[in-house]
Amino acid sequence: MTTMAQPLARPAGAGFTRTIRHSAALAKRSLIKTIRTPEALIDVTIQPVIFLLLFTYLFGGAIAGDRGDYLQFLLPGMLAQSLAMGGVALGQNLNADIEKGVFDRFRSLPISRAAPLVGAVLADVVRYLSVCVVLLLFGTIMGFRVETGFWPAVAAVALSIGFGLCFCWISVWVGMMVRTSGAVQGVMFLLVLPLTFGSPVFVATETLPGWLQAFVSVNPITPLVKAIRGLLIGGPVAGPLATTLAFMAGLLVIFVPLALRAYSRRA
Amino acid sequence: MGTEDLVVRAEGLRKRFGSTQALDGVDLRMRRGTVLGVLGPNGAGKTTAVRVLATLLKPDEGTAFVAGVDVLKNPQEVRRKVGLTGQYASVDEDLTGVQNLVLIGRLLDLSGRDARRRADELLAWFDLTEAAQRPAKTYSGGMRRRLDLAASLVGRPEVIFLDEPTTGLDPAKREDMWGVVRTQVASGASVLLTTQYLEEADALADEIVVVDHGRVIAHDTPDGLKRKVGGQTLRVRPADPNRLPDVVRLLDLVAAPGTSASQDQTAGSRPGAASAPVASDEALDKLIPALRGEGVEVTELALHLPSLDEVFHALTGRTKAEELV
Repeated sequence: MTTMAQPLARPAGAGFTRTIRHSAALAKRSLIKTIRTPEALIDVTIQPVIFLLLFTYLFGGAIAGDRGDYLQFLLPGMLAQSLAMGGVALGQNLNADIEKGVFDRFRSLPISRAAPLVGAVLADVVRYLSVCVVLLLFGTIMGFRVETGFWPAVAAVALSIGFGLCFCWISVWVGMMVRTSGAVQGVMFLLVLPLTFGSPVFVATETLPGWLQAFVSVNPITPLVKAIRGLLIGGPVAGPLATTLAFMAGLLVIFVPLALRAYSRRA
Repeated sequence: MGTEDLVVRAEGLRKRFGSTQALDGVDLRMRRGTVLGVLGPNGAGKTTAVRVLATLLKPDEGTAFVAGVDVLKNPQEVRRKVGLTGQYASVDEDLTGVQNLVLIGRLLDLSGRDARRRADELLAWFDLTEAAQRPAKTYSGGMRRRLDLAASLVGRPEVIFLDEPTTGLDPAKREDMWGVVRTQVASGASVLLTTQYLEEADALADEIVVVDHGRVIAHDTPDGLKRKVGGQTLRVRPADPNRLPDVVRLLDLVAAPGTSASQDQTAGSRPGAASAPVASDEALDKLIPALRGEGVEVTELALHLPSLDEVFHALTGRTKAEELV
């Protein structure tokens, strides 16, 4: 069966390491795209800063009486909110890539079905890191102070990014399911807005009506906010952290297979 | 020819999208080292067939083997052996030419250095070296097509699928693309290409399959197909539209036996010309003095292969235009 046109490509390494290598190559592709279009970083740089300014100076006095106190309360929650929102663009980009036919090329290659999606998710780490750095830097300028220490703060950032990486699979799945990238944003905001506002991000849960408190208590953003808050300004960490890690695992278990299946079906 | 020589062997492929039967029992056979032209109008099922063979789409029914591997049972093995260039250039616009090709090389398990070497080689070959460091979004349509084709050749595939590789290209670029296809075949690859132009299939293909409504309605050599559909057509457009009846009369004299000249009414062609099927280009030698003798000035005088419409008319007895009514 051999001919002059000998295939150049050879399988190398076991399936798993190959998938990781392919995902890394595809993550690099996404990073190049991010660098080429810096305006696509607005939602993870300027937007969180605007939210921070808006809530601190416009609502902070009314909500907490003291803006400085409110900033201490708000900033850890803003990390959680911005991370949840940061994944929306990923689903939009993947949707656009599929519409343009770029993914047809990947599908015609002998790589794992998961690699293009995993690669895109891995590259999103840069965006989530930028959210954390921007918020912490800008917050510090505004007067925010970490009350725990360096390593707890690093842990807070790591937890935020880790959560973002799990949460964004919802966006990936939606990106595979809906027709246009505009629709991805629409669907995701319907999900993200209630989750982030119906949480202890902006106000203390005790001030809410009972039914809303019930929602807040089952909202996956709630333990995340509590854990980050504990890691940055002190308070209980272990309980909310364990719950958050369980939620993260749950997100992966549910939405990674859903996203992969939707991707395979999308012709 | 034995089945071991067949590099593409598909039988009874069916695929339905909603209410559209895109493939309605397609059989395809392509011999190793040859070019198979799949000729058909928009919506005939050409792209669907290619997507099935390139493992992008699962058929509802039927079997397909590419390079001896079952497309349905072992798609990853097929992907190792084929290259695909889709109808819409699927290059990544934000990446440079070289980044596009290196990425494909890395995904084909080449080392970083080998991927880079292969990319440089292909870029040089496709005359894209100067543009190698520019994002593909700055490329012209022809350059994108070339980059897309280069991307499908990174892994030195045994079988190359080209889905309408020249649609939208100007004639010079089209000839360039034909040259690329011929070079690939000369180096041992087998090429399946879809096209809407008989001229293109005739220029490249060893065999031509004509598809319509998801079915194969003819499978022949280019010469065999041309014999069936009437070979060449001589078209004449007089400078003065009032001389058209004279042109028809003179064309009749040189028309192939059993045929006659007529005013052009094919969909899409400009009125004011007449054409006749001719047996050979000797008809030109006879017609030119006759036109001169009667003082008919012409603005167009050309030998054409039949258009896709005419092919269909000859094979099915109906024109595309009729079908739309």
